[in-house]
Amino acid sequence: MSDARRQGAAEPTREDARVAPKPALRRFHQARWDEKLIFELSTPGQRGIEVPAPEPEVAAAVGDVAAALPDALRRGTPPALPELGQQQVLRHYLRLSQENLGADLNVDVGQGTCTMKYSPKVNDSFVRDPRVAEAHPLQDASTVQGLLEIMYRLEGLLREVSGMDRVSLQPAAGSSAIWTNVAMIRAYFAARGEAEQRDTVITSSFSHPSNAACAKTAGYRVITLPPDADGYPDIEALRAAAGPRTAALLITNPEDTGIYNPRIEEFVRLVHEAGGLCAYDQANANGILGITRAREAGFDLCHFNLHKTFSTPHACGGPAAGACGVTEELAPYLPRPTVEFDGERYRLEHDRPDSVGSVRPFYGVVPNLVRAYAWIMSLGAEGLREAAEVAVLNNNYLLSRIREIPGVSVPYAQSRPRVEQVRYSWERLHADTGVHSEEIGLRAADFGTHYWTSHHPYTVPEPMTLEPTESYSRADLDEYAAILAEVAREAYEDPDVVRTAPHRSTVHRAREDTLESAATWAVTWRAYRRKVLGEDGA
Amino acid sequence: MIRVGLVVNPVAGLGGRVGLQGSDGEAVQQRARELGARPRAGTRARAALSELAARGADVELLAAPGVLGARWAAGAGWPHRVVPVAPSSETGSAECADSAVLRPGSPRLGVVPPARRAPGSGVGTRAPDAGHVHDAGRPGAPRTTAADTVAAVRALRDAGVRLLLFAGGDGTARDVYDALGGDTELTVLGIPTGVKMHSAVFSVNPRAAGEVAAVYGREEGGVPTRRAEVMDRDEAALRQGRVTARLYGWLPVPFVPARLQQRKTGGTVLSPDAVGGIAREVREAAQRLPGAGSRGPLLVLGPGTTTQALAAALGAEVGPTGVSALVPGGGTAEVVARNAGGDALLDLVRAGRPALVALSPVGGQGFLLGRGNQQLGPEVIRAAGGAARVLVVCTESKLAALGGRPLLVDSGDDALDAELTGYRPVITGRGALTMYRVTI
Ligand SMILES: Cc1ncc(COP(=O)(O)O)c(C=O)c1O
Repeated sequence: MSDARRQGAAEPTREDARVAPKPALRRFHQARWDEKLIFELSTPGQRGIEVPAPEPEVAAAVGDVAAALPDALRRGTPPALPELGQQQVLRHYLRLSQENLGADLNVDVGQGTCTMKYSPKVNDSFVRDPRVAEAHPLQDASTVQGLLEIMYRLEGLLREVSGMDRVSLQPAAGSSAIWTNVAMIRAYFAARGEAEQRDTVITSSFSHPSNAACAKTAGYRVITLPPDADGYPDIEALRAAAGPRTAALLITNPEDTGIYNPRIEEFVRLVHEAGGLCAYDQANANGILGITRAREAGFDLCHFNLHKTFSTPHACGGPAAGACGVTEELAPYLPRPTVEFDGERYRLEHDRPDSVGSVRPFYGVVPNLVRAYAWIMSLGAEGLREAAEVAVLNNNYLLSRIREIPGVSVPYAQSRPRVEQVRYSWERLHADTGVHSEEIGLRAADFGTHYWTSHHPYTVPEPMTLEPTESYSRADLDEYAAILAEVAREAYEDPDVVRTAPHRSTVHRAREDTLESAATWAVTWRAYRRKVLGEDGA
Repeated sequence: MIRVGLVVNPVAGLGGRVGLQGSDGEAVQQRARELGARPRAGTRARAALSELAARGADVELLAAPGVLGARWAAGAGWPHRVVPVAPSSETGSAECADSAVLRPGSPRLGVVPPARRAPGSGVGTRAPDAGHVHDAGRPGAPRTTAADTVAAVRALRDAGVRLLLFAGGDGTARDVYDALGGDTELTVLGIPTGVKMHSAVFSVNPRAAGEVAAVYGREEGGVPTRRAEVMDRDEAALRQGRVTARLYGWLPVPFVPARLQQRKTGGTVLSPDAVGGIAREVREAAQRLPGAGSRGPLLVLGPGTTTQALAAALGAEVGPTGVSALVPGGGTAEVVARNAGGDALLDLVRAGRPALVALSPVGGQGFLLGRGNQQLGPEVIRAAGGAARVLVVCTESKLAALGGRPLLVDSGDDALDAELTGYRPVITGRGALTMYRVTI
């Protein structure tokens, strides 16, 4: 009888009978509620709160309240919202929360490139403080001096970390910050009368795809540099690409392979010689904090993800927080307002004629700015560097454990250590067993964890990207490696178990191909009705 | 439940293990056997079937008789029905003896015992067109020829299979193509067992073929197909010391994006969004040519599914084979040549319209020029204005599938090759280029 049975845990499932996981591995089973979409739970007329009708005298005194609304503000039809009682809503979302593997619930090192470090809960207490939680963005600056001081000081800290001259804290996330940088680049060349000539942005295959996406959104033509044999962006391709049409190089370093490009200054120099600007996507800065800076590598702009490197929550794509750093030359184009200090008072400066405007209402995602500030202050300069060093140590420790697993390889730059993450390949395991990387990730979910493969297209075949950060203990990393070793063993000995996974977690399988075209993906209820249910006019 | 057919060229790959260039023709096979070659096509076909079984596919398997299929299906522990094949004139195909084994039913239940004997009759003679003579590689085993493959493929087609798995190499792919013709609606998939693997109709490895077949079986109708290249080395050219692959045509293969696009050789994702973007880029580039305003530019398209989709996005219908020429307009394009030969292309390009040539890498090898598109000779490219008038188009995933290998040119003119090599922008979508290495 298995341990699970003895402890009264869930019934052993089909695969337990055939492949007994090593006893060291956790016996995990996720909740599976088979919960419908909230729209499907709707019952017309149900309400969370029935508000009592006003007394007749009150109604008479007030008259027709709706009539006071200007016509333009009134809806023709009521909003198509689901109708449910309070209890049903609560139950629905609690169930969904159980069908999740949140960052605080698992050893979350598998979400490579996302820097899933721990967000210390003490920092939330500052955000819950009424002076933060109840501040209104339209309050007069004189009444929020403390918050403005935090923002001013945070800018100073990030200037120090990046070496740049000014920093904006307004962007809502990493991609929002990249967009802001692209907007500043566009404004800079417009001011110099070179906007038409400089219509091209250069990026690399292993830089985050938001770089190419933001450039395209801003109307740029994008040239991608493929990796060379060592996995670095091909510098010869850059030489061929850079020229009078080049507006900028948008590049990550280390790239999503975890390999630091030691020739980065040369890349910057080539682009500068062609008259372009260089923007450093520093969302991967977790392994180089206090070690290298964008300024010394010659960059004109950079950005950080405060929700990655500086510990604020990811919040499922937003609101997170991004920060853009620029040199003096580009400072006029920063978003407005900026926070200024005259030695006595903090104020918001809106009068910035060359600014690209606001990229987010008001001052950005202030609660995350408070958290990031608290996190940096709790560590200090040496602490930041130590965090980076531990992140690199953890990553290379995990790398050494993963290397022991049959079927895994670590493509590119063989003799060099990795910085804060590694893009692995299960190509050999796939050739031996027919099992795909995605399937291994799904099977890992049966042990209460998971991983991410890589962005598309898969330049590294059968990819897996792990980033352990400084937050995880050696025991955590050992557990994670043991899970992957176990799944790899299953793949060789009983591949069916892996191929048909997950067996003990919520979702069975998603049809990934339906997410590959705008004609089939449905991310809203309305789109679901139109594209999946085939309802006309939905 | 859908019907899946299996045909195996039992001697495919015989030459590879002993360092020969292929396995086509009896002389080569004889030499391979003397060198101690063991056939592996059958065992690789078996691996594909095991994968199909492991994925719990609900399919009915129909196999060609004996070493042409049934023997390997039996070894995979997979119930199957044997479809009789008329003996080819050369071999007499005595293997039909195995067709007595007939066990339809649930894949998980029945196991067909392996063939009890290796029938010894019907030793073949050389096929008239020096086609490949197959045998099971054992003394006394029958020999089979290309004609047997063709006959088996047709028999399976007539028996109503919806997906045809064939195990072999480029030569076998050609036989399948010959049997079905380029317009066939029957979906095929190659289990790679050959020595020469220029064609794009193969899965990356045998298991992948089983996996794709399983998905196809599960979601028949929901699985789109794409047309993939059938290529083979040009043996005559090879004897003159040139390695050249000829493009024979296209066959429909299942297209299972989420599972296959990352594969090295399976990766030809033609998302309509990407191709539409490529088409707009190409049209704009053509319209920007000096003189395009007055005369209307000429767009010469090399063969391939990418260029075919590109033509469709421009409003023109052309086949995937051969070189075509269009005059792109607003929403449509006028086709001025289909399947044009070298001379016709030269006349067209010299007729005065400013010309652009759009090429896409052919097959899994990354060849831009000199494989499968020899009509586009150096004179045509030069008349169009040389390397500057050559655009390379390819989706990002197809480029990634090259695994870092460079694009290749072999136009037959060293000076032109030199102009074409180096780093060239490859158009991958709307406003999207990859700076990619082109070598000889
Ligand atoms: C290197 C890099 N750049 C940019 C981003 C985009 O950041 P966000 O997800 O906050 O938009 C990420 C996200 O993980 C990243 O890893």
